[in-house]
Amino acid sequence: MPHAELKLDTPTGDVVKTTTCYMCACRCGIRVHLKDGRVRYIDGNPQHPVNRGVICAKGSAGIKQHYSPARLSKPLLRVGERGAGEFREIEWDEALELAAQWLGAIRARNPDELAFFTGRDQSQALTGWWAQQFGTVNYAAHGGFCSVNMAAAGLYTLGGSFWEFGEPDWERTKYLMLWGVAEDHDSNPIKTGLGKLKERGAKIVAVNPVRSGYGAIADEWVPINPGTDGLLAGALIHELLRTDRIDLDFLVRYTNAHHLVIHEPGAADDGLVARDALGHALCAARPGARHPAASRSGNVDYVVVRADEPDIAPLVVGEYLVGNARRAVPAFQLLAERYLDDGFSPDAVAPRCGVPAETIRRLARELATTAFDEAITLEQPWTDAWGREHATMTGRPVAMHAMRGISAHVNGFHTCRALHVLQMLLGAIDTPGSFRYQPPFPKPAPPANRPGRTRKDNGALDAAPLGFVHTPADLLVDAEGRPRRIDKAYSWEYPLAAHGLMHAVIRNAWAGDPYRIDTLLMFMANMGWNSAMNTTETRRMLCDRDPATGEYRIPHIIYADAYASETVAFADLVLPDTTYLERHDAISLLDRPISDADAASDAIRQPVVAPDRDVRPFQDVLLDLGARLNLPGMVDDAGQPKYPRGFAQYMVEHERAPGVGLLAGWRGADGTREGRGEPNPRQLEHYIAHGCHWHAPVPAAGRYYKMANRAYLDWAHGLGFIGAAEPVVLQLYCETLQRFRLAALGHGERQPPARERERVARHFDPLPQWYAALEGNEADAAYPLAAITQRPMFMYHAWGSQNAWLRQIAARNVLYLHPDTARAHGVADGDWIWLASPRARIRVQARHHAATAPGTLWTWNAIGKSKGAWKLAADAPESRDGFLLNHLIGDELDDGSYANADPVTGQAAWFDLRVRIECDAEPLLPGTRTLMIEGTCT
Amino acid sequence: MTSLPAPAAKKLGLVIDLDTCVGCHACAVACKEWNDGGSFGPLTDENPYAAEPLGVWFNRVHSYEVTRTPTPCGGDAPAAATAATMSVHFPRSCLHCETPACVSVCPTGASYKRAGDGIVLVDEDKCIGCQLCSWACPYGAREFSARHGTMQKCTLCVDRIYNETLDEADRQPACVLACPTRARHFGDLGDEHSAVSKLVAERGGYALMPELGYRPVNRYLPPRPRRDTAAQPDAPKPEPLDRAQLSPLLRWVDRVLSR
Repeated sequence: MPHAELKLDTPTGDVVKTTTCYMCACRCGIRVHLKDGRVRYIDGNPQHPVNRGVICAKGSAGIKQHYSPARLSKPLLRVGERGAGEFREIEWDEALELAAQWLGAIRARNPDELAFFTGRDQSQALTGWWAQQFGTVNYAAHGGFCSVNMAAAGLYTLGGSFWEFGEPDWERTKYLMLWGVAEDHDSNPIKTGLGKLKERGAKIVAVNPVRSGYGAIADEWVPINPGTDGLLAGALIHELLRTDRIDLDFLVRYTNAHHLVIHEPGAADDGLVARDALGHALCAARPGARHPAASRSGNVDYVVVRADEPDIAPLVVGEYLVGNARRAVPAFQLLAERYLDDGFSPDAVAPRCGVPAETIRRLARELATTAFDEAITLEQPWTDAWGREHATMTGRPVAMHAMRGISAHVNGFHTCRALHVLQMLLGAIDTPGSFRYQPPFPKPAPPANRPGRTRKDNGALDAAPLGFVHTPADLLVDAEGRPRRIDKAYSWEYPLAAHGLMHAVIRNAWAGDPYRIDTLLMFMANMGWNSAMNTTETRRMLCDRDPATGEYRIPHIIYADAYASETVAFADLVLPDTTYLERHDAISLLDRPISDADAASDAIRQPVVAPDRDVRPFQDVLLDLGARLNLPGMVDDAGQPKYPRGFAQYMVEHERAPGVGLLAGWRGADGTREGRGEPNPRQLEHYIAHGCHWHAPVPAAGRYYKMANRAYLDWAHGLGFIGAAEPVVLQLYCETLQRFRLAALGHGERQPPARERERVARHFDPLPQWYAALEGNEADAAYPLAAITQRPMFMYHAWGSQNAWLRQIAARNVLYLHPDTARAHGVADGDWIWLASPRARIRVQARHHAATAPGTLWTWNAIGKSKGAWKLAADAPESRDGFLLNHLIGDELDDGSYANADPVTGQAAWFDLRVRIECDAEPLLPGTRTLMIEGTCT
Repeated sequence: MTSLPAPAAKKLGLVIDLDTCVGCHACAVACKEWNDGGSFGPLTDENPYAAEPLGVWFNRVHSYEVTRTPTPCGGDAPAAATAATMSVHFPRSCLHCETPACVSVCPTGASYKRAGDGIVLVDEDKCIGCQLCSWACPYGAREFSARHGTMQKCTLCVDRIYNETLDEADRQPACVLACPTRARHFGDLGDEHSAVSKLVAERGGYALMPELGYRPVNRYLPPRPRRDTAAQPDAPKPEPLDRAQLSPLLRWVDRVLSR
């Protein structure tokens, strides 16, 4: 318009509606500005507790996601060969009848023949419950691929975890150590928090082989060799112990450091915590007025008393007798012996980590100086779990955050445990200035809910398929100890697989190991591309037929997605989902909470625009399908659908337990109850009136020391977050692991089969340990370089990176390597080279990058696409030049013995990739997809 | 040639903190989104789903590895080899110069500097697409829309900042509101008492290439000194522990702890 008439007061749109972003798992509050029925603009909701008005690149690009040409528009039935992408459009009734026919036959025959795996969605409160009602144990989401090591190590150790379930005390910390974090959960809150830290002058240390976004603004970047973080953490622990810079009072108050561990090698209870007849843990303490009658060990008088008794003086080293003259030592002593070993000295670990010993010693000094000499005191009276009143709160202002760089290794569980032990020794768990829990955490370590194992008369499982095993009795194994789940989660192979093993499903189903399944149902899980390791082989398995019958080895594949992702081509039946702006969702405390350390929160999505295609929200489809299958909880007594109005109705009316539903806000008939209360038919109206979120502040006296804070525990119990208002004991020593080790050593009713014994005994160490690689996958000198990915901030998470705007920022990825590494291999900047692993070879373009640890290669993930997917042109750089490292990563260990996964949790070990560089005869010839992956045309 | 208005007291502009910019592109995409549908849009996308997708952006983020004074590291392997560089993420947009050559070279008056607040704009109706302005701008702030045949550029969200249909808190450039690390600040750099002017004074904010004489209004805040090895506390002298003689555990035997 001519600027003489420039109107600077044009309204943004006609209507503004709030909802929740779905461009990543951060789940920020957004305002969608509509004009003439179309989305004009999306911005951050300033009132929303997650993002306080900010919005990331992906969030702003949501408008292009919503109008993407790659959106599916109609149910599809395969007419060609699997993988060819040939479909005919069908009506919803036909699609749902067909699905109901397949699934109905399975449920009548054996519900476990359905494997239901979902992607990085946030609907697990529904999908897990649906799988439970269907009766299959074979359900999981993306977590086994993603970061279960962080969740499991955290929940078994702290009853909480990094991820988006805890956060640094952004307002008070003086020293933040980021371990293996390059854009991750919790994306916008981390960025906002880093901004605050920089403003306050707090020190930020980034431990990462690559200095990407967060590392760039850190005060110090510690380039470390991939997979050695457990050694670095161990050396820091070594230094803190050696210099006696640890918080012993914190340890005996809040952890099990003083718990006596039976020391009777060979006995059935060796390594377990000594307990009284009622099961209470015991400790040795100095005699006092209450416990005068002492025994003597060496020069020390002691009494054995309940470890949770307040106002005792526990002993943390020495050998004591308990019960019937059985020897026991405090857990702390075992830990100190482990880490004072010379094997964890800075000098010993330095060459392997690539971090100089003096740097390690200095980092340990800085941690101790900040925690102890710069401790902070908050003038906040509080009452501890034992009823004692305190006038102030002591803070250890050292915080840590860790994610993929720690988790995606075979040693990730123990490495994450080591980080938590480091935090505990510093007294830096949920104190002012340290790592903080976000409600509903902390929960008991481990949480009480076990995975469902048996089917009730109505065919439903006795509990949700995912949970936490406490003892070998909780495993999903048959009488011979063989896995009961298709992914072998909760078997002796991966006992603590709290998120399942998405990465093992396709191979196991293809191989019939441990058994064949009938139907693979996937929701937004791109398991035919970037949610797979050994991608080429995985795609082949999806298309493979059994020569005996001529049928596909995986007989039926149903896929639900909003977009034409790579996996669509492998489906027999495609159920098109809506975009996130077209449906209801619950961001539930029963699922993945969006709380912050000072408040519990949940949220909803509401449809802000109506679909213009013949698509349905997958949640509605699941409930419809459930009703067609007569699943318990999805039909009423007359056999009629219980939720004919779909997920919106379920969100409000469904009760998981009396008074507990998906949403915690505005419960009770009149909407005045929080946490617990009968369903409120007007609940969603309340949410919408409040910007689609609910936010309940933690009482001021309950904001720190949540694991043993009376005000917090009572508040959390009142809202239904914890079963009892009892303190959570932090597990410096993880007794749960010892129970599995004892079974492997031949004790107890349920023991592993002979093949698994040695492996379980080795890895189920109650103290953190470190190992480089697993047997069957030893470092091969022929593959001397590590190769990893980093997450680009503008395409985090990976889903939806076909976005018209985001692909203008990067439509191709290259391989970055340190100039010294490049020189050593004769690679010039910009050369095309071959990257080879024992699995495959891909052709990639190399770029010199000084901010990379020598010996490590890296690339952005999420960019490479399969040709023909996402409605991108055939010559799109994403498929022509872009690549995934996934093609090089084994889904199994090199000897085929086990999944390429952590032996404790089953976490996919995609950061353990080792490669070599092979020069190309024509390094200036650009790549094409057909050349890229040798021997295939995918 | 287009003449410049008399210098005004008010100089609206951005202050961008290179100390906290993590290079996330939030500002760039928020800008694209607001302006694509706003008074100065659309910001065309060429071949949005084909090879070499290109489009008009008013704000782009560039990432650099820059050499810095080497830190004595005394170590081997990665640390020593990598310590000498730092990564800088650099958002780039129009600096709304006080004496912008892009305006003075404009043959039609399409490019102009507003008298009241100093914002540099392009009137597309007058723009003939000659691109002289993009040759004149040393900062690469101008983008040519091949589809429209006209020049486009950062407007400082002039259709937001004065827009009374928005909440007052929202009357800021989209890039500033979006920035997750709060690395972007908007205000009147002509007013020495404004928050942005104070920030520039406190942090040593600087103009880009002032020697060229265009007097940019926008300021960049340099990275703060890094607290790396220099910040180390003095090494304490730990008691030497001769483990052959004495178990290191013994020092904890007599420690009286309180639960």
